[in-house]
Amino acid sequence: MATLSELYQGVIIEHDRSPRNFRTLAAASHRAEGRNPLCGDEVSLELQVNEAGQIIDAAFQGRGCAVSKASASLLTTAIKGKTVAEARELFDGFHGLLTGHPVPGAQLGKLEVFAGLAAYPMRVKCATLPWHAMKQALDETK
Amino acid sequence: MTTLAWDVETLRAEFPILTTTSRGKPLVYLDSGATTQKPRAVIDAVTRFYESGNANIHRGVYELSEQATLAWDAARHRVAQFLGGVPDEEIVFVRGTTSAVNLVAQSFIRPTLRVGDRVLVTTMEHHANIVPWQMVGATTVPVPITPNGELDLAAAEQLLATRPRLLAVVHVSNALGTINPIAELCRMARAHGVPVLVDGAQAVSHFPVDVRALGCDFYCFSSHKLFGPTGIGVLWARAEQLQRMPPAEGGGDMIDRVTFEKTTYAPSPQKFEAGTPHIAGAIGLAAAIEWLESQDREAIHAHELALLEAGTALLREVPGLTLVGTAADKVGILTFTMDGIHPHDIASLLDGEGVCIRAGHHCTQPLHAHLGLEATARASLAPYNTLADLEVLTAALHSARRIFG
Repeated sequence: MATLSELYQGVIIEHDRSPRNFRTLAAASHRAEGRNPLCGDEVSLELQVNEAGQIIDAAFQGRGCAVSKASASLLTTAIKGKTVAEARELFDGFHGLLTGHPVPGAQLGKLEVFAGLAAYPMRVKCATLPWHAMKQALDETK
Repeated sequence: MTTLAWDVETLRAEFPILTTTSRGKPLVYLDSGATTQKPRAVIDAVTRFYESGNANIHRGVYELSEQATLAWDAARHRVAQFLGGVPDEEIVFVRGTTSAVNLVAQSFIRPTLRVGDRVLVTTMEHHANIVPWQMVGATTVPVPITPNGELDLAAAEQLLATRPRLLAVVHVSNALGTINPIAELCRMARAHGVPVLVDGAQAVSHFPVDVRALGCDFYCFSSHKLFGPTGIGVLWARAEQLQRMPPAEGGGDMIDRVTFEKTTYAPSPQKFEAGTPHIAGAIGLAAAIEWLESQDREAIHAHELALLEAGTALLREVPGLTLVGTAADKVGILTFTMDGIHPHDIASLLDGEGVCIRAGHHCTQPLHAHLGLEATARASLAPYNTLADLEVLTAALHSARRIFG
């Protein structure tokens, strides 16, 4: 099992320092905010989905811990170019990975780095916060 | 007669949990502000009650129930003595500090609330001493604080002169460690005819409290922050206040006579204690008080102050660390932030070293908003902590600094 310190020293610190797609989307078609009242993490997620149902751009803003920031950063890179249906599948796969119910055959790629976080249930919500925001954004405007 | 010097290791040996590990490392517990650990005496008292003393109180005529009732009454007496020797009837057992504040809000404020009524609180108040007043319709007005985390007494005086319904103030700030000058505030409040409620949750484990000497009207604390069990706490109030207050909950044990037409209530404190209470909790709390009072409290106090001083110096050496709350008069609470590292990440990295601290807003969001901070990290001390604990903490913070750069 990876220690937290090992988890941090890989991708999490890197994305905390230089988050990808940390900006606003002028042409956003979907938007949602995620908040964790327990720790104060806040993330706002914006998506630009075209008529064919493809996510052509994704960006986030917010404040919070390195885990939530890195997760939001990786989320935006993972879903860009995917269809809405594929993004929903990623949500299920990612959520399953962190909550101990992995989805068989889920193709998570880089997102796998969060697997070690499943051993720290108090921090799982930090990583899933931006994903719940994405799901909410897609649900509210479908 | 020779007196042995007080020894922290002897005290530590009374706390079974301190020999356990966390994440495979020896437990370094620095979250006593959230809840204190329990000495063997408390654990044994609770176990003994369930093993050989368990029965409901005020019900049976049989010996076991009689013994349980006597133990419950004895616990109340112990608490009354602990708060400076007040009458037992002025001690109401509740679930904890939060319940105590809510009871005063529901029974003291609500029945006579008028539109526009204000309750004076402070910027450093815990949510438990803000939200209950808002829930009954009062407006909460904060006494401001100075940059080092002390109350602005001149502002308090001015605000008291506007005659709020109540001053609700924390004795010791859970987020800043500040010890507030309660006696002085009570004198000021009395001059304006304003009653005072004191949230003593963080105070009673650190120094003796005499509620009548303080001059307040209500004093609240929780057992679990005083080395006792969770789920039990205390509201002390002057008898005349309790008599005027209607009960907030109805049920068994709080009645005088019940008919379908009309019910009359038992006198206080019973009228506030509907239903079967946390009997084992009260017995555990009494054992905790007995344990604490058997300690050399002056030596413990000196130990805590030495740790606070050493901890402050150690933390100041960590690059990019800022201490939050540097009042002249404070308990062993070290709250801080680190440049470029969110408090939750600090807490997680410390957790990896077996070090337990709290990260977040500590149920003081208005205080954090005032400070312009989303969250802080907090190490809070108890008598069982050692310099070695603080050295492990500091080493882990230096390591976090290296990881985050």
